[in-house]
Amino acid sequence: MTDLKSAAPREVWITGIGIVSSLGEGLDAHWDALNEKRINTEDQRFAPYIVHPLAPVSFDAQIPKKGDQRQMEAWQRIGTYAAGLALDSAGIKGNAEILGRTDMIVAAGGGERDLAVDLAIMNADAKGNSGPGFLNERLMNDLRPTLFLAQLSNLLAGNIAIVHGVSGTSRTFMGEEAASIDAARIALARIESGQSDIALVGAAHNGERSDLLVLYEFGDFNLTGKYTPVWQRENNSGFALGSAGCFLVLESRKHAEARGAKPYAKLTKVVADLAQRKQPGAVTRSLQAMWPKLGVLTDNGNLITGATGVEPVTSEEKAFLKQHPGFAVRATGTMFGHTLETQFPLGLALAALSISRGALFPPNDPTGFEVEKQDAPTQIVVVGAGHWQGEGMALVEAVK
Amino acid sequence: MSAPRDKLGRPIVVVTGMGVVTSLGAGKQDNWTRLTAGESGIRTVTRFPVDGLKTTMAGTVDFVTVNPASSTGLTERLAELATEEALEQAAIGTKANFPGPLFLAVAPVEVEWPQRLALGRATGKTEFDYGDVLRASGGGKFGEFHHRFMFGSVASHLAETFGTKGSPISLSTACASGATAIQLGVEAIRRGEADAALCVGTDGSVNPEALVRFSLLSALSTQNDPPQAASKPFSKNRDGFVMAEGAGAMVLESYDSAMARGATILGVVAGCGELTDSFHRTRSSPDGKPIIGCMRKTLADAGLEPEQIDHINAHGTATPENDKMEYNTTAVVFGDHLPKIPVSSNKSMVGHTISAAGAVEAVFSLLTLEHQRIPPTINYQVPDPAILFDVVGNTARDARVTAVMSNSFGFGGQNASLILTREPV
Repeated sequence: MTDLKSAAPREVWITGIGIVSSLGEGLDAHWDALNEKRINTEDQRFAPYIVHPLAPVSFDAQIPKKGDQRQMEAWQRIGTYAAGLALDSAGIKGNAEILGRTDMIVAAGGGERDLAVDLAIMNADAKGNSGPGFLNERLMNDLRPTLFLAQLSNLLAGNIAIVHGVSGTSRTFMGEEAASIDAARIALARIESGQSDIALVGAAHNGERSDLLVLYEFGDFNLTGKYTPVWQRENNSGFALGSAGCFLVLESRKHAEARGAKPYAKLTKVVADLAQRKQPGAVTRSLQAMWPKLGVLTDNGNLITGATGVEPVTSEEKAFLKQHPGFAVRATGTMFGHTLETQFPLGLALAALSISRGALFPPNDPTGFEVEKQDAPTQIVVVGAGHWQGEGMALVEAVK
Repeated sequence: MSAPRDKLGRPIVVVTGMGVVTSLGAGKQDNWTRLTAGESGIRTVTRFPVDGLKTTMAGTVDFVTVNPASSTGLTERLAELATEEALEQAAIGTKANFPGPLFLAVAPVEVEWPQRLALGRATGKTEFDYGDVLRASGGGKFGEFHHRFMFGSVASHLAETFGTKGSPISLSTACASGATAIQLGVEAIRRGEADAALCVGTDGSVNPEALVRFSLLSALSTQNDPPQAASKPFSKNRDGFVMAEGAGAMVLESYDSAMARGATILGVVAGCGELTDSFHRTRSSPDGKPIIGCMRKTLADAGLEPEQIDHINAHGTATPENDKMEYNTTAVVFGDHLPKIPVSSNKSMVGHTISAAGAVEAVFSLLTLEHQRIPPTINYQVPDPAILFDVVGNTARDARVTAVMSNSFGFGGQNASLILTREPV
């Protein structure tokens, strides 16, 4: 591998897509669900909080060893499953030669806690029953030894390596929504420059977690009461946590052509920013500043956003989107909920899928902000603005 | 120094600023003095009760405190201290205006026990379930917990404080994280994306649950008394690693950019490599191929032959498995040349700074090149007869050192190596 500074950037194709979510698994199921405008929410189990539960999935299909499944918590199973779908879709599943040099960048949070252990300790403490060694003793006796490995951020990548044999390089980025924007950005830059030929990039999120609801409830970010589509939340803002895993196989055109792989689309550009949000309008300005870097060719294009429904960021993003009134916008948060690290890869995946199917999926928005679009998309912009920080954009294009 | 490009035609990546904090002290000078004197920073934990724990010592950084106390807060402060030192030395950019991106190796973040217990008490009940906890969490009472326990919070704080450019990257490759942060910086400069990068590894996570977690995996030494003698890399009676805290920071620049502004060049990151082990979540592939491949990739990336490496700053955790595997794989890569390479593990003195280790040890490797003196592996009283390294045992050794390989291996099959040199190769 060489990575000469002066060489022209190599074209990068999306040759594999794996999605599992509240709407099902695989590309056909998602395409159908989006066209049927299906939404899968759960408003009882965590009431008054709303989540998008994972659709029933037979994990055996991608994680054949029960022992492997047992070593993982749900977020890792979801991610390992989606990664397997992506490798299948790219036609490299089981290809040890390619997998042995496939670079992996996973965007990850952490794994679920043992809520029963936590609650028992918290209750004892609240009763005043906890001496100096109480916490240590309970943790030593009650935690499952391997739970740590199901919680560690880099062990989603670790499990993908073990189960699927992806074993070139392995990097895990953390930091909520921004982590996956940067994962895509760095993977693209590495392939464009010749530092890498092929990469697996993605994330996974389990929205059915009380401990995550607590974390976001600290900042009053959770949607409560009645489910509404993302653009209808101005008076009851918040996100409904979603469950999804999404992975992409990115590959240099040359590498893909050499093995006869077909592209879904081309990943042309990924840009990222960290706006200092203390000033009102910072997100709008950040998105405005990134837009010209993409290479958008038209005033009436297509845009898929991971808008959260949380304020003020959603309104700031909307102010930016209104500057491009000719664009057909789709908010994945409406259908999938908010899947944190997974939202940006999901946007990339749906953009590539739409391009490959020759149509943007229909709007799902009673406010009328999202409009119908008939013609086959050749460019789709993907936008991400994190619920508390981190902004990014990508351009996905049809391969010429 | 001659060519601004390396053997593969890429921009040469140099180091122009370094900072370090460990249990031995703050700053390069303190650390180097105590490191080469063979002092240990490991002590019995006093930050929290150790009753009921199997391992009661660690390399905590007790001279830095944060309020409110949290591991993530300490992690952030340690990174800040190391970065301040690195930036002062590099004299790059202006105050709060670093001219490049941030790559941060940081421990995964989560809500910690003091905060969790406060939450339980806030339910106002003595018998409660998670629904009660959830209902007590909102309304702004614990608003600051949200930011504190976001994974991106440490990087975001550093990016704002030091004015790094673009989206800062927080990463984890477990015990290899610090090396990966440096590797990402090197790659960005080689791509021509940046003239400078700030690469930091930080870890302040010695807390009860962290100790318990590693303890339950039987990874930690339980030789608590005396704590200074617990970490015994390459010894027959080694029984695990010692958790520790610290941070290492490096300012990387392209050689061109550093020369253009007249910066002092402290060393060169000549090569980086990584290779994933897909064998097991915590154990290395028995044939050692991924580690062997990782070291060979790093040599190839640097354009060096094994014979050109004259010191190895080992991962050397002092777990029974790591040290044996590290020796077996290194022996394959270096062959007949291995006996001529002095090997040492900084972890014998500072413990295992986990997410920071790769960065901390890269700083120590560059100090080794600067001083032409190799810090010892202390507690080396009973050499493991199966590990035939030329261990720099117990006392520092003066040596001619031109190229150091620094190794990091972690849970999840993470292997990363760096080659650091004094001059461009």
